Amino acid sequence: MTDYSYPAPTMSPDTRPAPSRYGQTALRWLLFTLLGLFALFYLMPLFVMVTTSLKSLEEIRSGSLVAFPRDVTFEAWRTAWSGACTGIQCEGLRPYFWNSVLLAVPAVLISSFLGAANGYVIAQWNFRGANLIFSAMLFGCFIPFQVVLLPMARMLGLMGLAGTIPGLIFAHVIYGIGFTTLFFRNFYVTIPSDLVKAAKVDGAGFFRIFWSIFLPLSLPIIVVTVIWQFTQIWNDFLFGVSFSQAGTQPITVALNNIVNSTTGIKEYNVDMAAAIIAGLPTLLVYVVAGKYFIRGLTAGSVKGLMQ
Amino acid sequence: MTPILDIQNLSKNYGAVQILNDVNVAIDPGEFLVLVGPSGCGKSTLLNCIAGLEPISGGAIRIGGRDMTQVSPKDRDIAMVFQSYALYPTMTVAKNITFGMKVRGVDAATQAQKLAEVARQLQIEPLLNRRPGQLSGGQRQRVAMGRAVVRDPKLFLFDEPLSNLDAKLRVSMRSEIKKLHQNLGATMVYVTHDQIEAMTLATKIVVMKGGVVQQIGSPAEIYNHPANLFVADFMGSPAMNLIPARTRRQGDDVQIEIARAEGALVVRQASYGHDRPADVILGLRPEDIVEAGFRSGATVQAAKCRIDLVEPAGADTYVVSELGGKQVTARLHAETKAQPGAMLDLAFDLAKVSFFAPDTGERLN
Repeated sequence: MTDYSYPAPTMSPDTRPAPSRYGQTALRWLLFTLLGLFALFYLMPLFVMVTTSLKSLEEIRSGSLVAFPRDVTFEAWRTAWSGACTGIQCEGLRPYFWNSVLLAVPAVLISSFLGAANGYVIAQWNFRGANLIFSAMLFGCFIPFQVVLLPMARMLGLMGLAGTIPGLIFAHVIYGIGFTTLFFRNFYVTIPSDLVKAAKVDGAGFFRIFWSIFLPLSLPIIVVTVIWQFTQIWNDFLFGVSFSQAGTQPITVALNNIVNSTTGIKEYNVDMAAAIIAGLPTLLVYVVAGKYFIRGLTAGSVKGLMQ
Repeated sequence: MTPILDIQNLSKNYGAVQILNDVNVAIDPGEFLVLVGPSGCGKSTLLNCIAGLEPISGGAIRIGGRDMTQVSPKDRDIAMVFQSYALYPTMTVAKNITFGMKVRGVDAATQAQKLAEVARQLQIEPLLNRRPGQLSGGQRQRVAMGRAVVRDPKLFLFDEPLSNLDAKLRVSMRSEIKKLHQNLGATMVYVTHDQIEAMTLATKIVVMKGGVVQQIGSPAEIYNHPANLFVADFMGSPAMNLIPARTRRQGDDVQIEIARAEGALVVRQASYGHDRPADVILGLRPEDIVEAGFRSGATVQAAKCRIDLVEPAGADTYVVSELGGKQVTARLHAETKAQPGAMLDLAFDLAKVSFFAPDTGERLN
């Protein structure tokens, strides 16, 4: 059926003046050059870090900052991993790397799981005050870390968790719930409530519906949450430096100590290698799960995940 | 016989808003009850109340003679088919169908046997290992029905199950549901806003508006004897002609005057009670206004009318004229010579006429 009463579109593609072929090509080249320059600008620090970490100390002192290494040596990496001094100990980053793993993995898993459960309840089980609770949790996302330092320290002390890795896990889980709940709630809100009704009629209860129906379809948002939480917790410095003690410090604190321990000469190559080591895991997570990250961020707007 | 479903004085409020008001419905085993009404009339809420998915504010619901008011959905011996199908997206078709049995702890052998039975019945055997996302709308609909059938419940509940399908598929699935009802001999409650679905499927129709039941009856009763103006207008397509008129008594006879541009149209009506008001609204279905000569009898009266519009619809031709300030549709044969702007002799079959009070909208005869 055609309705002729509508006026024809005034700017059909054909009537527009066609840009010349050369103009178009030039525009494209300009665009790519500009993008390339931006990419270079962003990659420059990484380039300096990588090349510096592969140089010997003499080469750094004699050569230019942006030159390629003449003799590639992994000595600085070895030192950073297992020999660099953080204050009085000279064990490198290795023990702190494992501290961070022991801290980040449970904290990410627990906060993501709690966020999923909260989001499920808030989005799919309407109860009085659900929106109020959600707003309060959202508010938690905007409280700066510094504000909670003292109360949190007091609380960890009362719980007997001060200076321990479980204490740090606790702090990160509490601080992460707001964000993880937000992610999962916004994801579950897009799922028709008929699904819960159908499962109820089928006889499934609250937890059964969560386990068998909601968690399996949450993969995209789980990936988003895990990346977000892992990056936050792995890169965190403030909680790490405030709530840890010698032996339980995460890698960010150790990195700071390595760079700031000035015993004579400044070993730039070791500093750079250590910084890369500290940043690698988050990079790895992005590379492995990045595809799902974009997908998960746009999941709410994509039709077809549901039927 | 105990009714399978017995709803007594049911009411439902959300805060101060009343969604359902004093609903009373009962159905016997094997009946197909259709709840029909415009959107927002409370029909889906009523279905959710029957399923136990919405708590009720007052009254009682009995299923199979048992009071279900406080019973949770899973213990009501019901199965439900949803508008969005609500298939579990990460499970295969087979798992979707057996999920309920798995939850209830039915053993694997019985599950497999029932699954095979239902798959054959609904012809979804080739789909069992697919996921809902890989199915077409009609296939999803079948799976959703399979999930309900496999439960073998006392009561089937359908919540607008066809409204997401295209027109053609809707008609064929409608017949399938009807067939399913006949083959299973099951009792069904079906919600729709589509009055044609209601007419074709139901053994009993409940017409609702604003949370209040307007009329309960068989499709024929609802169609031929609508209880008020709302039902008359809602059921039937094209809708019933509702023509304002004045009555004038002449002895035992009553003359009905319908105003129009060419001068009042006067028809005689013998059976018009003495207690009825002078102003009435006359309800006549389009098929009860035909071309003069095509129907005869004592109750048929002819009158010349100006035709404003001619709408051929294949099997029939609808013509529109103006009577009493209202557009009046007549259903003529496809071969009619009616021309827009010309006069035509139309025959009004007053045996089928309904009278409504203009103020209350209630039926008078």
